[in-house]
Amino acid sequence: MLKNRIIPCLDVKNGRVVKGINFVDLKDAGDPVEQAKIYSDGGADEICFLDITASNENRETIYEVVKKTSKKCFVPLTVGGGVRSVEDINKLLNCGADKVSINTAAVQNEKVVLDSSKKFGSQCIVVAIDAKKNGNKWEVFTHGGRNNSEIDALEYAKKMEDSGAGELLVTSMDRDGTQEGYDIDLMSKISSIVNIPVIASGGVGNLDHLVDGIKLGKASAVLAASIFHYGKYSVKEAKQYLDSKGIPVRI
Amino acid sequence: MKLTIVDYNSGNISSVINSFKEVAQNKVNIEVTSDLDKIKSSDKVVLPGQGSFKSCVDALNSINGLVDSLNEFVISNKKPLLGICVGLQMFADTGYEEIETKGLGWISGKVSKIDNQNGKYKLPHIGWNQIDIIKESKIFRNIENNSHMYFVHSYEFIPEDKNVISATTDYSTKVVCSVEKGNIFGTQFHPEKSDKIGLKIIDNFINL
Repeated sequence: MLKNRIIPCLDVKNGRVVKGINFVDLKDAGDPVEQAKIYSDGGADEICFLDITASNENRETIYEVVKKTSKKCFVPLTVGGGVRSVEDINKLLNCGADKVSINTAAVQNEKVVLDSSKKFGSQCIVVAIDAKKNGNKWEVFTHGGRNNSEIDALEYAKKMEDSGAGELLVTSMDRDGTQEGYDIDLMSKISSIVNIPVIASGGVGNLDHLVDGIKLGKASAVLAASIFHYGKYSVKEAKQYLDSKGIPVRI
Repeated sequence: MKLTIVDYNSGNISSVINSFKEVAQNKVNIEVTSDLDKIKSSDKVVLPGQGSFKSCVDALNSINGLVDSLNEFVISNKKPLLGICVGLQMFADTGYEEIETKGLGWISGKVSKIDNQNGKYKLPHIGWNQIDIIKESKIFRNIENNSHMYFVHSYEFIPEDKNVISATTDYSTKVVCSVEKGNIFGTQFHPEKSDKIGLKIIDNFINL
């Protein structure tokens, strides 16, 4: 049977790992290649790199990081952040990324999703949705959470599936960095309206949050950063805990 | 020993290259090329494939003489070839992704969409799933049954002769995930992304 995936996410800035609390207050915490290797050796099902300042700064560093990592890690590697064009995607894939996540560019121009999924296959196209609650709905934010597109997140999710996205990485802006748990309502709503896998992100503070993301949020995979990165829990501990709660994981 | 990974613009093959180089170290000469002479003079060939059945077949056909050279390698000279993902699917006679497309026809059968049971199962089938080894295969030497492998696909190969199936995986149906027919080997899953156990499969192929 297909297992639910645990994906540690490493926020990378200028080739170094950092983790933002609500996208500010960055702390430096290590070399991404070594970190990724530690995670994959520890049983991570995939590794995710998010190049958080890519929109504003020199992007070349991430290509080097991806190149080095893909020679050491033999689990799937997803890279996102500042991906604007089919050419950017091509370059990341050539450096050894297995999937590329597209955020702002997909909102601005869905053709990027259409064209890239046609060219490289849906299997490597992840659309990242940063959503924030506004009244009864969620709105899609772009530019690392700075700009509100006012697009309805549920409608957008469906549209991205139709455009050829292979997976959706859904981050709750309200929860990100709070350690209060995923926005379960958002995850389960998106997961039930699309037929592609949803990766839940934003807000994990303990292992029960991972359980909730899968059981209640109906996510196929759960992504987390700080709980793994600062050694609060290992990926192995997380998997054992999920297993004890009856969630199928690869152990 | 010379092993060639066929580079025919079928999408992203960096991970395949990295994993084979990791396993081979300096003991095996690994070429990444679509050069016909180099393919013909190889001892082993790896045929990767990403994207759709049609896009991969089109990409193979767009390189003059490539299909003939592969036929010669596999059918006439009976040398070992490993197809990965769509590389495996192309062994079939026909694929039904996008539009009906003729495959290489090395193993009779078709490639059709996985039955998602009216949306009950998500597609693509992405992630780690266990393989049920139903036939001894040389590439599964020292691989435990029920090992986890990494999958990402929406279409499956349905061979006519079930005896070629070496492993299946349990999703909405029992999906064929590995075949062996003489010198022809294929995995629907990605050994190059299946961690140490995947690298062992690559090692087994290299050491056939």
